[in-house]
Amino acid sequence: MSLSRRHVRAIVRKELREYRHNGQIVWTMAVIPLVFVLPTIINIFGAAAGSSPADLLLYMLGIPALVPAVVAAYSVVGERQQGTLEPVLTTPMRREEFMLGKALAALVPSLAISYGVYVVVVACVELFARPGVAAELVRWPELLAQLVFTPLLAGWSIWVGIAISTRFGEVRVAQQLGALASFPSVLVTALIAYGVIPASLGLAIGGAVLLLVLNGIGWRVTSAAFQRERLISGTR
Amino acid sequence: MYFLIRRLIRIWRSRRPATQAQAQIQNEAPGPAPTTEEPATDEAATDESQVRPARPAARRVTSPPPETTGKVNGSAALSVSGLTKRFGDRVAFSDVSFEVGYGEVFGFLGPNGAGKTTTVRTLGTLFAPTSGSASVAGIPLSPENGAEIRRRISIMPESPGLYLRLSVAENLEYFADLYDAPDPRDRIDRALQAVRLVDRAQDPCGALSKGLRQRVALARALLSDPVVLFLDEPTAGLDPVAARDVHELIDDLRQHGVTIFLTTHRLEEAERLCDRVAILNRTLRTVGRPEELRERMFAKSLTVRTLAPLPEPGRVFGGLPAVDGWQQDGAQGYAIAVSDTRIAAPAVTRALVEAGADVLSLGESRHSLEDVYLELIDEDEEAKSR
Repeated sequence: MSLSRRHVRAIVRKELREYRHNGQIVWTMAVIPLVFVLPTIINIFGAAAGSSPADLLLYMLGIPALVPAVVAAYSVVGERQQGTLEPVLTTPMRREEFMLGKALAALVPSLAISYGVYVVVVACVELFARPGVAAELVRWPELLAQLVFTPLLAGWSIWVGIAISTRFGEVRVAQQLGALASFPSVLVTALIAYGVIPASLGLAIGGAVLLLVLNGIGWRVTSAAFQRERLISGTR
Repeated sequence: MYFLIRRLIRIWRSRRPATQAQAQIQNEAPGPAPTTEEPATDEAATDESQVRPARPAARRVTSPPPETTGKVNGSAALSVSGLTKRFGDRVAFSDVSFEVGYGEVFGFLGPNGAGKTTTVRTLGTLFAPTSGSASVAGIPLSPENGAEIRRRISIMPESPGLYLRLSVAENLEYFADLYDAPDPRDRIDRALQAVRLVDRAQDPCGALSKGLRQRVALARALLSDPVVLFLDEPTAGLDPVAARDVHELIDDLRQHGVTIFLTTHRLEEAERLCDRVAILNRTLRTVGRPEELRERMFAKSLTVRTLAPLPEPGRVFGGLPAVDGWQQDGAQGYAIAVSDTRIAAPAVTRALVEAGADVLSLGESRHSLEDVYLELIDEDEEAKSR
């Protein structure tokens, strides 16, 4: 199966243009990171040196897990509700291209926000945290974990969000379920960040491989579940 | 009793357009009836025609007519054979067969829920048919051919389906890419020129009126330079001026050889634009050229109005060539069933002159496509109520 890069690029560009014009999406993407930034900042700046969990900054991995879920959950059902899905489905574009375009369009801003917020938090810690705290929290393994797991977690949330979006006819229901579906990822990262699940190299490699496989499966399964007839006729 | 009333209503309805749209052999001033150069056979007038009732104005068509082909040079842009679509137990349409030739404008008519849009979606590869076969733009309709078929067609759905936050140009850029349009900038410019929206290219679609949005949707459908263009209710909800613009565009596309499959509720639109029409009500009720359908459905007739009632109309109309019978139509009106108007009209004219009648008008009754449509659809409703 060959994919048309032109189709995928067109979908991504159109989606990004829509995000730019849609204040609701921008607002949602801006507010969700605060849920992760505020507890982390309070914990770091309120605690004495040595009292913060060593992997606390991994809590920020909740951002790529949650932010794209809401956007991805809107992707198909939103088009359906505004009546734009049918014209799109009458073009020669393949469903795999549509899915990939939608996923990349949700991934790009999610990565930008996740990395951007992380950089700001790390900079704040380096500049303003008590002596010793920055050295305890900002370490290469954590930075590498953030770099690697951000796209993997975002990708998984996106496929789950899109899968939900293809199955439900209501934007609000899809978005709520999308957010709910990302909670397991958020929970696992929180448990690791707070030391309940001890972070280790083996866990990191295992987790990365698992997420990589899940992302591949997610694309295939979601594309297969995307049926023109069901989406247009509304039949189950 | 109910059916008798229904029958009377139908006969009245079939006559109604005759008084509205008579062929223009008018003679409003009292005086001798117009003469024609057509020779008439003088036969003795008898009262036979009064005994023999005029042929019913509306003929029943119980089975689809055989002429469902629109082939041009042995090939068809659309070829549909026994196509059926069901959603579970619900039948959307059943056993539909027809052909549409390249460059033809084909009207697809039917009441709400008749299956028109589902047919378009099926031929447009959005829905898989339950049974039957079809070829679209020369390609067999099958799941593996979906992308190839969609490359050669365009569908303009009833709802424009535009991204309202994006500008007209951004909407078209998106679809030009999805259609793999070569030189998209040029295609977009040409499409905008075709729908006369060049000056609104940078406006957000959300700021456009419904008519303008419909034009954008039409421009989008033109981007792919389609072999077959499906237009699903393209003028629904448009004011007369906007609808006229769409009609002109369809005319223009026809001249450029685009095959157009037009579903509409506007019968005058179908009559004006379409080479042939099909009437669907779950099953295909009829297919043909509008004038053929009228001939097939309705007997030919002449309508005569005189200044004063004829003393012996049976003697005037009886036994004339190509006259099958007559009926009184009001005090001074007569509906004359004929087999050939070109023979009957001169003969009737001469007979009226010979009888000394003051003829106000003599015209050929014309039935509109609406009459054909109502006849077929009413028949279905009647069948349902039985």
